[in-house]
Amino acid sequence: MQTQDLSILLRKHPFIADLEEEFLKTLLGCASNALFHEGSYLFHEGETASTFYLIRTGRVALELSAGQRGKIRIQTIGPGDVLGWSWLISPYRWHFDGYAVEDVHAFAIDATCLRTKCENDHHFGYEMLKRFSEVLEQRLNATRLQLLDIYSVSAK
Amino acid sequence: MMEPAIIPNQPNLDPMIPVPATVRRIVWETDDTFTLFLEPPLFDGMPFSFEPGQFNMLYAFGTGEAAISISSDPGKPGSLAHTIHRVGTVTSSFSKLKRGEMIGLRGPFGRSWPMKQAEGMDVCIVAGGIGLAPLRPVIYSILKHRKKFARLTLLYGARTPLDLLYRVELEQWNKHDDFEVLITVDRSDSSWKGHIGVVTNLLSYIKLDARSTIAMVCGPEIMMKYTVEELKRRGLSSEQIYISMERNMKCGIGICGHCQYGPKFVCKDGPVFRLPEVEHLIDKKEV
Amino acid sequence: MNAYKLQPSELSSLIESIRHDNYKIIGPRVKDGAIVYDDIDSLNDLPIGITDEQDAGQYRLLKRDDNAIFGYNVGPHSWKKFLFPPFTKLFSVRKEGKSISVDTPTDTSPEKLAFIGVRSCELSAILIQDQVFSSTQFSNTEYRSRRNNIFIVAVNCTKSGKTCFCSSMKTGPRARFGYDLLLTEVIDRNQHFFVMEVGSEHGSKIATALNFKEATDSEIQLSIDLVEKTAEKMGRSLDTRGLAEALSANLEDAYWDDVAKRCLTCANCTLVCPTCFCWTVEDVTSLDGKTAERWKKWDSCFTMSFAKVAGGNFRPSPKSRYRQWLTHKLSSWVEQFGTYGCVGCGRCITWCPVGIDITKEAKAVLKVETKKTNGG
Repeated sequence: MQTQDLSILLRKHPFIADLEEEFLKTLLGCASNALFHEGSYLFHEGETASTFYLIRTGRVALELSAGQRGKIRIQTIGPGDVLGWSWLISPYRWHFDGYAVEDVHAFAIDATCLRTKCENDHHFGYEMLKRFSEVLEQRLNATRLQLLDIYSVSAK
Repeated sequence: MMEPAIIPNQPNLDPMIPVPATVRRIVWETDDTFTLFLEPPLFDGMPFSFEPGQFNMLYAFGTGEAAISISSDPGKPGSLAHTIHRVGTVTSSFSKLKRGEMIGLRGPFGRSWPMKQAEGMDVCIVAGGIGLAPLRPVIYSILKHRKKFARLTLLYGARTPLDLLYRVELEQWNKHDDFEVLITVDRSDSSWKGHIGVVTNLLSYIKLDARSTIAMVCGPEIMMKYTVEELKRRGLSSEQIYISMERNMKCGIGICGHCQYGPKFVCKDGPVFRLPEVEHLIDKKEV
Repeated sequence: MNAYKLQPSELSSLIESIRHDNYKIIGPRVKDGAIVYDDIDSLNDLPIGITDEQDAGQYRLLKRDDNAIFGYNVGPHSWKKFLFPPFTKLFSVRKEGKSISVDTPTDTSPEKLAFIGVRSCELSAILIQDQVFSSTQFSNTEYRSRRNNIFIVAVNCTKSGKTCFCSSMKTGPRARFGYDLLLTEVIDRNQHFFVMEVGSEHGSKIATALNFKEATDSEIQLSIDLVEKTAEKMGRSLDTRGLAEALSANLEDAYWDDVAKRCLTCANCTLVCPTCFCWTVEDVTSLDGKTAERWKKWDSCFTMSFAKVAGGNFRPSPKSRYRQWLTHKLSSWVEQFGTYGCVGCGRCITWCPVGIDITKEAKAVLKVETKKTNGG
């Protein structure tokens, strides 16, 4: 029952939306439900990135500790977003703290499990990489926009 | 098709001669942006009136003029406000005004937001930074005639939480059941519990019925460009998207050449443009 | 066609009659080595027996071997300096305590001016500026009142210059409308007279009162032939077919880098161009801070400050500014006002210090477009 429910719910997430049924089954094998209460940390900078998350509801803030400047929040990840790609790239460590600004419901995907499946089935692996590349590109563009500081004096 | 400017009923004044207007008060919204409230000048006994999206040329005695969007409620003829970013000599001059002092006013000029076109539709307002100022009159108008419009959404981005404009109103608007308000900042410390990231990200958190949405976008050009891309990715056609542009203005009435954007005079053919009118120019550098 | 025949001396009577009607006479005269438009006291002030030799970046005056009164083309001045003066006061403001009061200029009745020797290209330019300045939905009484007080004695060109291309722009050399009186000078070893046509009621009134002889059919034909010959001998040409579209379709072509290397952004072209209409405002305050004035003055899209806003500039590069000028003149203008902004007078070619030729540049862009459409 759990697996069936999960697959229906997973389908609703934009990351999965049009994934081939076969690949969804593969992914399902590594997926589970996760809940993080408001105020808790999903992960810390430097920790092994053994999971990545598909956010269903709630908001996670990516935080950096910047010495005397204290904690800086550089981005929030919300419903429908993908959280984490460090699991893809060795040495598989988180680069930020992930702080639950609200209660967060997410799908947790076990990274080791998924990496193994990608190695074993390159078609599946390529499909995953394609999707993650899209996520990375979107994130990069958004970050670049943030870098531009568009609201400062020399802009509008 | 093209929405003609609705010229409020004002007598045939020389549009190059400013009318004196008295300062009521100045309210600081952030550390470099303030809202200037004026006594609406009377034209032949008739109160000043404008359409959302129009601007005035405000004259600081002896210093010069600046084109400033009108940010007050067009349905309240007793109020006239302009939200101004203090960024040069003229705007700095305005920031030092005291109650009772006078400035010069010419206007209103420009083409307004497509209020008629938006009736019966979902309205998605995307504002960046001070871009919220020329869109606030739209929000006021829609809230006043709420039933004439379908779903109403505001996506608003600013640099940091301290740079958010109209914070009290934002909170009030958030309380409406039929008005979805999402706010994001580019960066923050840990006191901010809202979204952090560019305003285009907010689009992924809302439902958009591509066939029945009118989008009104205002902010730095690059923000508008990315917002437009994202709106189109979500299925909106160019005809459904309106943006407001800014250029160097001197006369404000289309005959001095300064505000040209390609063949368009931003003061006269704009500042609000339906996207197809300027789409081919947006990607071109230094047009 | 009905026309009059005037002897050169009768031209004097014509001028005096117009002056008598309370018009200040403005016409061409030699000054500082060029033919400029200035006050004319008598016929002798005109550049009699003088001609001009022009080419890209070149202008000089030469003596003719006859006494032609209009035997030259156009100089650095255009009539816009009278209709759209380089410097006008918009208003003055007084500050009293917290309040300000605005005074509009009280002298609202402009001088009556008679323009003598307006060429067809210049007439087109005047009509183009008429259109520009009435394109705002608001009144523009300042321009209108000045314009309504002008009397125009136009002249058909019987000689074309090396930088002229009015034929290509369909603005000449024969003037077709917009004038009060129109002269064509016929001069050769045996004769010197003017054929004069009437273009308005006012012109008719002035002409009939002077009792000029009627021109014969052959005299009229002679004048027509002279102008037609001039049309065939233009110094330059420009094929405008598809030009507006070609310019707007190639805003990012490498071609613009080429012209950008040469253009000094000196703004000469915009100053001499009879249709350029950009202007700016200047605010000045009295030393005691009690009064301020706002002046309207000519501006140019070539200047660095033209597209400046607080904290930035929309067109910082010379390339973008040259492109703005050329695409405005030969492309955007069509969408804005329904005609080209260029009348083919050639001034921008003559007065460009590095000899940039608008006809060559336009041709270069047309070539880019043709290459594109031919799959080049």
